[in-house]
Amino acid sequence: MVINGKLIVSSSPHIRSVESVQSVMVDVLIALFPAALMAVLLFGYRALLTMVIAIAVAMLAEAIWRRKSDIFSDGSAAVTGLLLALALPAAVPWWLVVVGSASAIIIGKQVFGGIGYNIFNPALVGRAILVVSWGGHMAGDIWPSPQPFAFGYDAAVVTGATVLAAPEKAVTFSLPEMFIGNIPGCLGETSALALLIGGFWLVYKGHIDYRIPGGFIGTVFILGVLFGGGFYANIFMTGLFHVVAGGVMIGAIYMATDFVTTPVTPAGRLIFGIGCGLITMLIRLWGILPEGVTFAILLMNAVTPIIDNFTIPQRFGGVKKSA
Amino acid sequence: MAKFSFRGGVHPVYSKEITSTLAIVKMPLPQKVVVPMQQHIGAPCELLADVEKIEKGTEVKAGQKLGDNKGFVSAPVHAPISGTVVDIGPYNHPLGMKINAVTIESDGHDEWDENIKPAGSLEDLSADDIRKIVREAGIVGLGGATFPAHVKLSPPEDKPIDVVIINGAECEPYLTADHRVMLEKTEEIVFGLKAMMKALGASEGIIGIEDNKPDAHKQVESMVAEEENIRVCTLPTKYPQGAEKMLIYVTTGRVVPAGALPMEVGIVNHNVGTAVAITQAIREGKPLVERVLTVTGSGVAKPANVQARLGTLASEVLDFCGGISESTLKVVVGGPMMGLAQPSADIPVIKGTSGILALTDEDVYLAESSPCIRCAKCVSVCPMNLMPTSIAQASEHGDYRRAEKLYALDCFECGCCSYICPSKIPLVQWIRIGKNEIMKRKNK
Repeated sequence: MVINGKLIVSSSPHIRSVESVQSVMVDVLIALFPAALMAVLLFGYRALLTMVIAIAVAMLAEAIWRRKSDIFSDGSAAVTGLLLALALPAAVPWWLVVVGSASAIIIGKQVFGGIGYNIFNPALVGRAILVVSWGGHMAGDIWPSPQPFAFGYDAAVVTGATVLAAPEKAVTFSLPEMFIGNIPGCLGETSALALLIGGFWLVYKGHIDYRIPGGFIGTVFILGVLFGGGFYANIFMTGLFHVVAGGVMIGAIYMATDFVTTPVTPAGRLIFGIGCGLITMLIRLWGILPEGVTFAILLMNAVTPIIDNFTIPQRFGGVKKSA
Repeated sequence: MAKFSFRGGVHPVYSKEITSTLAIVKMPLPQKVVVPMQQHIGAPCELLADVEKIEKGTEVKAGQKLGDNKGFVSAPVHAPISGTVVDIGPYNHPLGMKINAVTIESDGHDEWDENIKPAGSLEDLSADDIRKIVREAGIVGLGGATFPAHVKLSPPEDKPIDVVIINGAECEPYLTADHRVMLEKTEEIVFGLKAMMKALGASEGIIGIEDNKPDAHKQVESMVAEEENIRVCTLPTKYPQGAEKMLIYVTTGRVVPAGALPMEVGIVNHNVGTAVAITQAIREGKPLVERVLTVTGSGVAKPANVQARLGTLASEVLDFCGGISESTLKVVVGGPMMGLAQPSADIPVIKGTSGILALTDEDVYLAESSPCIRCAKCVSVCPMNLMPTSIAQASEHGDYRRAEKLYALDCFECGCCSYICPSKIPLVQWIRIGKNEIMKRKNK
């Protein structure tokens, strides 16, 4: 028998699943599509513009930094760009999007060594930089209230702060409205419905662990019920309010589940989710900021290695039964 | 149906349909066989140069013992054909090194050693007799692990065995040899199981079969219908269902403690092929000199389940199956998940050779690995509940103490982690390196 050419000798297994980093990232982009669509429907063309700028700048920044001509590459930069865009208010100027997206990729990810090596969620690093540098653009009363399903409305006309800023604001919106997303807020965070659709799909695909959003949202709900403040007369309504208002949904489903910056152990992921919920509510209820999701997740990112170390799973057969 | 399910595991493309309906074909007697002195886990055999005068030029009969070792954990090797010893010396071995081997040129007569005769009926044999027959026949685990079978049949007195499990899971993709053996040698499997139960004093026999082999299940089920203490257990198709600890858990609910052997929980496991070999040793006195293996993969012209004499060269087996195509990238001995890639096909079929695969780019996935994105898919598929990515990372950094702390030694190298990894990191390879280093330090 003649063998032409050399045989490859490598370690088993010799077959691999077809899933790649790129295919996973494309799945995440698909999961974010409903939220992106709702953003355009609710906030108009500016939302689309913000998303396009953010994604383009993120991919470009990464390609330039890595000196690679492959713009899309593994798709992670596009995910970061889209997530950042969805966490921005509708009325942000274009240069803010550029700065945020570029710093998300470069300061949030590439300076650490690129994908896999960053400690903090890149999109949230970008957002945090914008919040502390241009707070005026990122929060407060120039946030526009959305005109439901109105394309191309003039954002300057209507103004209104996030519902989290004041209890008296909240009651003007019904919970169903908040669930659909017909409320003021960042582009992609308002529609709990759209976010949930993508979230269930990601759980089904096995890309995210239900423990993180479960722990996060559950904690926010429980603390909302117990200490939620005077948003509604019914405390359970207040709990629900805290879940659907602000960035909890998008944070819990898409940002706290970022692979690189969250624990790998099942128990660690639950702890991570609960920690995010806890810090979010601490900031919301007793901090000076109206919203705390960004910093909650970033803080938990920082302790991820410690969580992993303390939650090493029990190996199969590890507990010896006493005879 | 199994009541339990093990955690983790993967569902690779099984590709078993290529050969699962093909009956076992007997390969014609080879012109030449190469018999390595080590075909099992344990002490290598020493050539019987003094007593039997096995040396260059010696005429040997089929079934004649060529090498043995007095050590308990070892198994003798026998001449698979009759003929003349033409060479003794190191020869390529599927394990990737050269190992001392006896090369025999066939005389074409296939004459068997006169000492080979039936051992008598099972009723007349004592447990010790059975163990002795199994040892002398050189029988080892034919699933691929090649652990000497008589050792498993000799548990220490303080570890009573009540259940014998026959492993018919065959969870490795591509392989169908066990499947065919279950269909074509059903009665011999059941007889072998009974012999093992007798040797161990076990009260229950279980035959575990994955549910992707319904015909085998039906066949075996009908064979044991009359047997009170033997049952067939259907296993959900999931890799690595046939791994010892997983199989035991799924069929009985018993958890083998970490680092311990199945006998710790009163169980002994054997592959279906091993059961058949034991039956043949008892009924015909035949030592282990041939086995059934699957020859398949996109590179093989005529895939088949073949019964070949041990020592037949893989190149000859592949030629028998129509040769391999030029696009073959890998020749693998064993299954695609745990098998060993070979630098050439000039290697003998040994006791543990469950398959020979010629894989082309249709089968193998060659990709550069990229950094770990910590998706933890490896953590969720690990059947041992380990953290493959963290162990691999520790091992890559040379931090073997951390690798050990993360239970690297509990890894049985099923490869699920490497299989699932979207970054295509050779996780199990790093873990193997770590395990090696840890063991080196321990043995110091």
